[in-house]
Amino acid sequence: MTRTLERPTAAVRRAPTRRPRRWLPPLVVVAVLLGAWQWAVTALDVPPQVLPSPWRVVEQGWANRAALWTNTLPTLQVTAVGFALSLVVGWLLAVVVDFSPWLRRALLPLMIASQTLPIIAIAPLMILWFGFGLLPKVLVIALVTFFPIVVGLVEGFSRTDREAANLLRSMGANRWAEFRYVRLPGALPSFFTALRIAVTYAVTGAIFAEYVGARSGLGIYMNLQKNSFRTDLVLATVGVSAVVTLALFALTFLAQRLVAPWIRR
Amino acid sequence: MKISVREVRLSFGDLPVLDGVSFDVADGELVSILGPSGSGKSTLLGVLAGLLEPDAGEVLVDGAPAARDTFAYMPQQDLLFPWRTVLDNTTLGLEVAGMTKREARERARELFAPFGLSGFEGSRPAELSGGMRQRAALLRTVVQDRQVLLLDEPFGALDSLTRAGMQEWLDEMRARFGWTVLLITHDVREAVYLSDRVLVLSPRPARVRAERTVDLPRPREITAAAAVEAGLLAELR
Repeated sequence: MTRTLERPTAAVRRAPTRRPRRWLPPLVVVAVLLGAWQWAVTALDVPPQVLPSPWRVVEQGWANRAALWTNTLPTLQVTAVGFALSLVVGWLLAVVVDFSPWLRRALLPLMIASQTLPIIAIAPLMILWFGFGLLPKVLVIALVTFFPIVVGLVEGFSRTDREAANLLRSMGANRWAEFRYVRLPGALPSFFTALRIAVTYAVTGAIFAEYVGARSGLGIYMNLQKNSFRTDLVLATVGVSAVVTLALFALTFLAQRLVAPWIRR
Repeated sequence: MKISVREVRLSFGDLPVLDGVSFDVADGELVSILGPSGSGKSTLLGVLAGLLEPDAGEVLVDGAPAARDTFAYMPQQDLLFPWRTVLDNTTLGLEVAGMTKREARERARELFAPFGLSGFEGSRPAELSGGMRQRAALLRTVVQDRQVLLLDEPFGALDSLTRAGMQEWLDEMRARFGWTVLLITHDVREAVYLSDRVLVLSPRPARVRAERTVDLPRPREITAAAAVEAGLLAELR
């Protein structure tokens, strides 16, 4: 029948960057830095209480792996609960603010103000109010991570094309249908970017809360080792927390793959 | 079925945009609305699509006020959503109207062959060419099964070759399915090639300044159409 039904231009998807090319540059930099550190500590004969060599950090970290592990678990738990709370609160606030301009005007300044609170002052107060249990730490984590999530979502929602909203309305959609079919999925790229930012704050937030006071966890472990001049173990703990953060960061990509495989990077 | 637009007026604040627009569209007719840019074509379209409330005037279907679901609107951009497959993009209007996903998919799937989209049901919109995206957007409009298709410069974003192909295709499809179409365009050639009747809008505030019946056999030859084109161009100046 018709003669000009063109086919699509070749496959559009970009080939993923090859792994070695992506991983090699940071690995080289890290190796060079560690090498320089190791050399400097040995050459200048720095006492390990001041700055242990990277090798010593690894060695002592491994020797104390049981202690590190038993302190990593509570930190992971606190991070997971705190971040989950942050996600729930962040989504609720963002959706509420998206539906009500009045609440948007009322709540956004408060949320921004919440980010000016110095955590260093708030965290000890939280312990004072809520004790050494899970709650104060969970609250600290939620406080430092909910804001990027709300901002990411609110901006994602409002980035909806006016024409797309018009199209939906012409189909007879109400505000809720417009939200469900356009605003919500359209906000996901922005949400996942925000999620990655927030998740990097989560572990440091947890460690900070524990540092101020906890029964166990990476933060309090770090504090104890510092007080007994075990700089090597402090740094080993830092290494563990970095690994945990990187793992969570990677997890956000996995979540994105599952939830919104259509997002292209 | 007859659509009557009667003395529709609309101002944005002090700025009158529609100044008593009136015209009729008969069943199975393709009517183009031609107008200079900024003449209020999109505003008129917004009124018909139910996005804007006119200050005065009315839109009637067989003498009774038009229901909100009289016109199926196809915007200028294809607005296919990347998070939906091509098939699920075409069912959007049906889903919004409350149809189950399964039923909506069945309905839309039947149109994939005549729309030249067979085999692309599960593809993502980004995998389609420009012409295919536009056909998918039209399918999404047609499948809503409303009385009039309201097409806002549907081929404006396409390159001229693809556009010519799409115009031929639309001409055939309309003959085959008997759609009633209101086409907004600023392309005189397109209007003459496709329309039974062409309405020319004045510059803002818009009124229907001229009306021309295009009584030429289809498919139309460009040469035969040239005289009409020239006349319409003169009206636009």
